[in-house]
Amino acid sequence: MSALLEVSGVSKSFDGFKAINNLNFSIGEAELRAVIGPNGAGKTTFMDIVTGKTRPDEGRVIWGEKSRSLLKMSESRIAQEGIGRKFQRPTIFEDQSVADNLMLALRKDRNPLKVLFFTPSEADHNRVATLAGDVGLADSLDRKAGELSHGQKQWLEIGMLLAQEPKLLLVDEPAAGMTPAEREHTTDLLVEAAKTRAVVVVEHDMEFVRRLNCRVTVLHEGSVLAEGSIDHVTSDEKVIEVYLGR
Amino acid sequence: MPKDATSSFGEKYLGGSGGLAPQSVGAKGVETTFIAKHPSVLIFLACLAVFTIGVTILAEGFGIGVISTSFVKTLGKTLCLCLVALAMDLVWGYCGILSLGHMAFFGIGGYAIGMWLMYARTELIVLSSLANAPLPPTPDEITNGIATQIFGVVGASEFPPIWAFAHSLSLQLAAVVIVPGLLALVFGWLAFRSRVTGVYLSILTQAMTLALALYLFQNDSGLRGNNGLSGLQNLPGLDDVPQSAVSLWFFWASALALGAGYLVCTWVVSGKFGSVIRAIRDDEARVRFLGYSVETYKLFIFTLTAILAAIAGALYYPQAGIINPAEIAPIASIYLAVWVAIGGRGRLYGAVIGAAFVSLLSTWFTGGQAPDINIAGVTIQWVDWWTVLLGLSFVFVTLFAPKGIGGLFDLIPRRKGETS
Repeated sequence: MSALLEVSGVSKSFDGFKAINNLNFSIGEAELRAVIGPNGAGKTTFMDIVTGKTRPDEGRVIWGEKSRSLLKMSESRIAQEGIGRKFQRPTIFEDQSVADNLMLALRKDRNPLKVLFFTPSEADHNRVATLAGDVGLADSLDRKAGELSHGQKQWLEIGMLLAQEPKLLLVDEPAAGMTPAEREHTTDLLVEAAKTRAVVVVEHDMEFVRRLNCRVTVLHEGSVLAEGSIDHVTSDEKVIEVYLGR
Repeated sequence: MPKDATSSFGEKYLGGSGGLAPQSVGAKGVETTFIAKHPSVLIFLACLAVFTIGVTILAEGFGIGVISTSFVKTLGKTLCLCLVALAMDLVWGYCGILSLGHMAFFGIGGYAIGMWLMYARTELIVLSSLANAPLPPTPDEITNGIATQIFGVVGASEFPPIWAFAHSLSLQLAAVVIVPGLLALVFGWLAFRSRVTGVYLSILTQAMTLALALYLFQNDSGLRGNNGLSGLQNLPGLDDVPQSAVSLWFFWASALALGAGYLVCTWVVSGKFGSVIRAIRDDEARVRFLGYSVETYKLFIFTLTAILAAIAGALYYPQAGIINPAEIAPIASIYLAVWVAIGGRGRLYGAVIGAAFVSLLSTWFTGGQAPDINIAGVTIQWVDWWTVLLGLSFVFVTLFAPKGIGGLFDLIPRRKGETS
C-alpha cells in the first residue's frame, strides 16, 4: 500500500520542550487510523505540523502520489491539496446558516475573483443538501449554525470537511462532549468517510477508539510508542505503563 | 454552466414575480434576482432618490430656495461621509479589519482632485493676467506664473514632481483611484502577510495616517504644507455658474456615488464572497484550513475600501472648498469608526445611518446652534461638550447596543418571504 502521507524524523520543540521528537508516521490512501496518547504527547502539534500551522525544526512531511513536501506550503495551500482538519472545539461560522457553512466548504476554486463572481448552480445546492442529509442536518439548512446543539455543530463541521472532499481528514477528539447516541452517529460517519479516504482520529477516549475498530498509533512524549490493533496496543506493557496505567 | 444557472434563476424569479418583460431574461434577470434577495437595497435607493429630489426642489439652485446653498453643501458632504462609512463597514463590520486609517485614503482622494482644481483655475487666472502683456506668454512663463501663485505661500515658485500630472483632469481622476489603491495594496500586503491582526493592525493604520499627515504638514512636501489646497469649490472655467448650481451638481454626484457604492458593497457582501469575509472576521484560522488564502481576501477588501474612501474624498473636498493635512489626522479615522459603530456595523445601511446621523448632529452641535444648558451652575457649551457626548454615546452603544441604530430595524417584524 502506497502511503498518502509520510512523516519522517520530525522534531519540534517549544522553548526547549520537545513537543515532537523524531516522529515517524504514515497512512495509506483509504485508511482509518486512531492516534491516542496522554496529554502533552504531541497529538495536536502533530496535526499542526501536517496542516502547516507549525513548522517543524527538522524532518520531512511528504504528501501524495507526487511525493511533495508540505513544509513549504501555506495552510490554505495544504488545505487545497486535500488535507482537511477538524478542531477539538467545533469551529463553524455561527453567524451564518448551515447551508452557507457547507457552501463555503464545498470544493470549488478558492481564488477571490472566482469566488466574487460565483453563483451556486443547482448541482451545488443539491450537493449541500445531500451533505446536510449525511450528517443529519437536512432539516436545519436555513438555521443559523450558532443555534445548533453541540453535537450538531460537530456534525456540521464534519459535513464541512466532507464538502472539501479531502484525501486526508484529521479529526481532533470528535466525540468530546457528545451523548452516547451522538457518539454512535459520529463513529458511523468517520468509518463511512474512511472507506474512500484516509482519516486520522486523535482521541482520548479508549471506548470510542475501540468502536472505530482500526489501527491505533500511540504517541508518548512526541514519538510513537506503539502501533497496531487496539488489542495489540492495549496489551503492550509500555503503553499500559504510560497511558492506561494511570 | 454558471451562465445557465444564472438565467434559470432569473427565469424562476421572473416567473414568480408575475411576468416582468420575459424577453430580457439575461442581464435583467440577474439584476432582479439580486434586488429580490436584498430588498433593503431597493428601499435604500428609493430613500436616497426621494431625498435627492427633495433637496433639489427645496434648494436655491433650481428649486424654491428653502435650503441654503451652504446647507446643500453640508448635505452633499454628508453623503460623501456616508460613502466612506460604507467602506469602513465593509472592511471592519464585514471583514473584521479595524482599520483606523481609512480617512487617509479619503484625504488622498481629496488632494488628488484638489491638485487639478487648483492648477486649472490658477492657470486661467494667470492666462488672463498675462493676456494684457505686449508679447504672448511662453509656456514657461505660464508654468512659472501658476507655480508662483500656488506655492508662493510656502515660499517656493516651482512645481514639485508630484504635480507632474496636475494639468490633466483625467490623469488626476485616475490618481484618485490609483494612488490610494496602490498605497493600500502595499501597506496591506506588508501587514497581512506578517499576520498583523486586531489591535496591532489598528495601531499600524493609525501610524500610517499620522505619518502621512505629518509629512503633508511640511512645507516642502509639495502640497502646500499646512495651508493645504484651497478654493476647491470654484470649478475652472465655470465662474459664471453660481455656487447654488455647482453645489447641487456635487450633491447629485455624491448621491449617485453613494447609490453606486451601496450597490457595489451589497454585491460584494452578498453571496459566497461575503460569506468568506464574514467567516474571516469570525475565525480566520479556520478559513485558512478551508483552503482560502485569507491574506488575499483581506488585501482585496482593504484595497477596494481604500478606493471607495478615496472616491468619497474626491467628491467631498470640492464641496468643502479646502483640504489640509489636519483632515487626515488620526482622530478623523477614529471618528469614522465611531460613526459606523453607532450606526451599526455589519449592515450597510447601518453605516450610512450612523455617518449621516452623527455627522449632521456634530455639525449642529459644533455650529453653535445647540442651546447651552445650565446644570447646577455649570454651563454646558455644546461646542466643547459635544465630543464628550459623542464619546459617551460610543461607550453606551458598544456596551449596551452593539447593533447600533441599525439594530432598531430588527425590531420591525419581517414580512413573509423576505430573506435579507
